[in-house]
Amino acid sequence: MIGLLTLIRREVKRIMRLWQQTVLPPAITSTLYFLIFGKIIGPRVGSMGGLEFIYFIAPGLILMTVIVQSYQNVCSVVYLDKFQKSIEELLVSPLKYSHILIGYITGGLIRGFLTGFVVFLVAEYFLDIKIAHPFYMVYVMIITSVLFSLIGLINGLWANSFDHTVFIPTFVLTPLIYLGGVFYSISILPPIWRDLSYINPVFYLVSLFRYSFYDIQIIDPYIALMVLVTIVMMLYVWAYTILVKTNCVRK
Amino acid sequence: MTYALEIKNLKKVYQDGTVALDGVTLSVEQGEFFSLLGLNGAGKTTLIGIVTDLVRKTSGDIHLLGLDIDRQRSEAKHLIGLVPQEFNFNVFNTVEEVLVNYAGYFGISVKRSKARVDDILSRLKLNNKRETQVRFLSGGMKRRVMIARALIHDPKVLILDEPTAGVDVDLRRDIWDLLRLINKDGMTIILTSHYMEEVEALCKRVAILHKGTIVREGQISDIQKDAQRARYTVTVDRAVSKNEFSGITGVKIDAVENQSIHVTVEQSIHPLIEALFKNGYQIGNVYNRSNRLEKYFLADVKD
Repeated sequence: MIGLLTLIRREVKRIMRLWQQTVLPPAITSTLYFLIFGKIIGPRVGSMGGLEFIYFIAPGLILMTVIVQSYQNVCSVVYLDKFQKSIEELLVSPLKYSHILIGYITGGLIRGFLTGFVVFLVAEYFLDIKIAHPFYMVYVMIITSVLFSLIGLINGLWANSFDHTVFIPTFVLTPLIYLGGVFYSISILPPIWRDLSYINPVFYLVSLFRYSFYDIQIIDPYIALMVLVTIVMMLYVWAYTILVKTNCVRK
Repeated sequence: MTYALEIKNLKKVYQDGTVALDGVTLSVEQGEFFSLLGLNGAGKTTLIGIVTDLVRKTSGDIHLLGLDIDRQRSEAKHLIGLVPQEFNFNVFNTVEEVLVNYAGYFGISVKRSKARVDDILSRLKLNNKRETQVRFLSGGMKRRVMIARALIHDPKVLILDEPTAGVDVDLRRDIWDLLRLINKDGMTIILTSHYMEEVEALCKRVAILHKGTIVREGQISDIQKDAQRARYTVTVDRAVSKNEFSGITGVKIDAVENQSIHVTVEQSIHPLIEALFKNGYQIGNVYNRSNRLEKYFLADVKD
């Protein structure tokens, strides 16, 4: 257990030491989002999904930060560990493979949660938000962080160059986030685009998160969570297989 | 007898078909200072990688102090300290962070590891670099940090993959002294090196690895003793029979090929030359085939 705690402590120290890179940028970006989309453009848009536009986008903006930061944290750390071969420190040690994975994922979870909380504070500054289901909100943030930490982990293990670490966020994550209902309600979309939104996992996450804020239910939250937990478990098995069985980190 | 390291019929074939190790069998006794010699690509780093779980083997058995590294992986890993060939730490961490984190991966608490850090850093003359980020250290200091890291969890077997590559002479001697001291305290040391002088100075036994197989294994002292004898080839003007010169004191006839005589002499070639003159031979050439470890090594790995 000391090994796992060491890995987690290492990650926390790194995140806190690099706070200008890890915590500050999401705070500034989200402030700009709330100013521009909330205060300047928002009033002209009117209401969205039965809410003022700024209230509508707030949960999505928080979750967007959680997704990007947890993914980025794990992907960059794993890739850097591979690049400078410091991952060998873990591989030659008696640390269990599961502990190596959990250590990295916990790093992503902490960064995702921390930055999500910072954006939540920014949202609170601009808005008067009363959380309908606070425990559910925390739960969604955790499952989102873990999910995207795992995707970052798989990407980092697989990546053989910096280009590989850019591919997923550019061509997969960004489209999924922006088309996942962060800035609009899918009810305003043409039928074909609305149907396509249902195969976007980010749409479910954002909908669940919005539900935890305003008690607006679009999908059954319990079924959605079960689906997400299943995806997390599948991704974990995939990451474990890559670490133990493939040539990504061992020859 | 429980060996520090026992390898049986170890094979490694990479995915591209390269045979890196082809049935290596090797044993290192506890407390030995053992060297693995080989040219680049001989399979040394692959072998070390397999023992330390960085490379997967194709087949074969490895036991470390009696522990099967497949079945008792975790216990075996506690016993190994590795100094790899290339720097492999997070260069943004301080020296202390590198050591404390590494100790943590081996289950040692921060409190316990900090006490060990003090001791190891002073032994390696790195006390004043404790708070320095590794990226600001010189190459030699980084090497010392790697040795310190390998010792932090108090392993029983220390494996060093070319630990003094790129290190200046002074520091190399310091590292040698440290390794001798550690070995004297009972730690088994397995060293790969390109420096024959280093191997001769430190190790008791050597194995030469070439193209994935062990081509020679033995006590360094035996090889050195052998090396002190001189080997000559003498060519003469007509065919010689082996028995003709078999009784000369201090001269051993290794082989006779038509007009060439291959001999090993204890001190001087003169008794043979005199005997040849006495029997009416005209001497053509006298070649010295004397060997040091390096010459044995080069002969063994020659294609």
